[in-house]
Amino acid sequence: MVQYTWTGFDASFAALSDATRRGVLEQLGRADASITDLAEKFHMTLTGMKKHVGVLEQAGLVTTEKVGRVRTCKLGLRRLEEEVAWIERYRQLWDARFDELDKVVEELKRKEKVDGRKNRK
Amino acid sequence: MDARTGSEPTPMNRTTVERKSERELVVTRTFNGPARIVFEAWTRPELFKRWWVPKSLGMSLRSCEMDVRVGGRYRLEFEPDAMAFFGTYLEVTPHSRLVWTNEEGGEGGPVTTVTFEEKGGRTLLVMHELYPSKAALDAAGTGAADAMVETFAQLDQLLVTLGASMGRS
Repeated sequence: MVQYTWTGFDASFAALSDATRRGVLEQLGRADASITDLAEKFHMTLTGMKKHVGVLEQAGLVTTEKVGRVRTCKLGLRRLEEEVAWIERYRQLWDARFDELDKVVEELKRKEKVDGRKNRK
Repeated sequence: MDARTGSEPTPMNRTTVERKSERELVVTRTFNGPARIVFEAWTRPELFKRWWVPKSLGMSLRSCEMDVRVGGRYRLEFEPDAMAFFGTYLEVTPHSRLVWTNEEGGEGGPVTTVTFEEKGGRTLLVMHELYPSKAALDAAGTGAADAMVETFAQLDQLLVTLGASMGRS
């Protein structure tokens, strides 16, 4: 079951609020990398990088896979796209409602005009 | 997204949705009519029924009861399934402001505020949903989102036949 949760939004935005994590995403956009690679590249301890990757993983922005002793990280942007899509679907629902509401408003306006004419007679 | 087939009806009156904060969602839209008319369409059940569940959704309201006054209650029931939305009006300022609770999800439902701001014969509508806490929004968001996905699956199906039905009416 795919979860289009608000928690997901928060996790994504929180994950993206950090410069190192944005850098990690950029890096993973070029090529998959192990946590050790990333730690070296960003001049960080393994523990520090594990934390950052954990946050990105939680947000669904990164997926990791452990093969032997090496944990490889890759981009997992699906989640963010789903969240953006969720807002768009919500917008489309309201847009459909409001298009119908336009018709009701037009009709009431016409009626007011007609009634106004009648009243003047 | 393939929803942009066909022409956009009134590009100047675009619906926007923005997540203002972790507890708030804001929807805006402008209407080509005075606030009193737009307000009427939100508060008279026979009018509200006509737009709130667009025909294209393949659902309709079985019943729509609205006692629009402070402390008054509303209840919307759908068909074919028996889903219901209900709550209480907290503020009613004719032609300018409506506030109500959404109680179908138990405690932690959002409070909806709708404001109608008239300018030059047109009305800017702002709908604001405020959840009591981040946790409540997180919990409610899942259900609402799932319902929405279902709703839009139906919409997708029915959009195909929409052109034909428009020709008839």
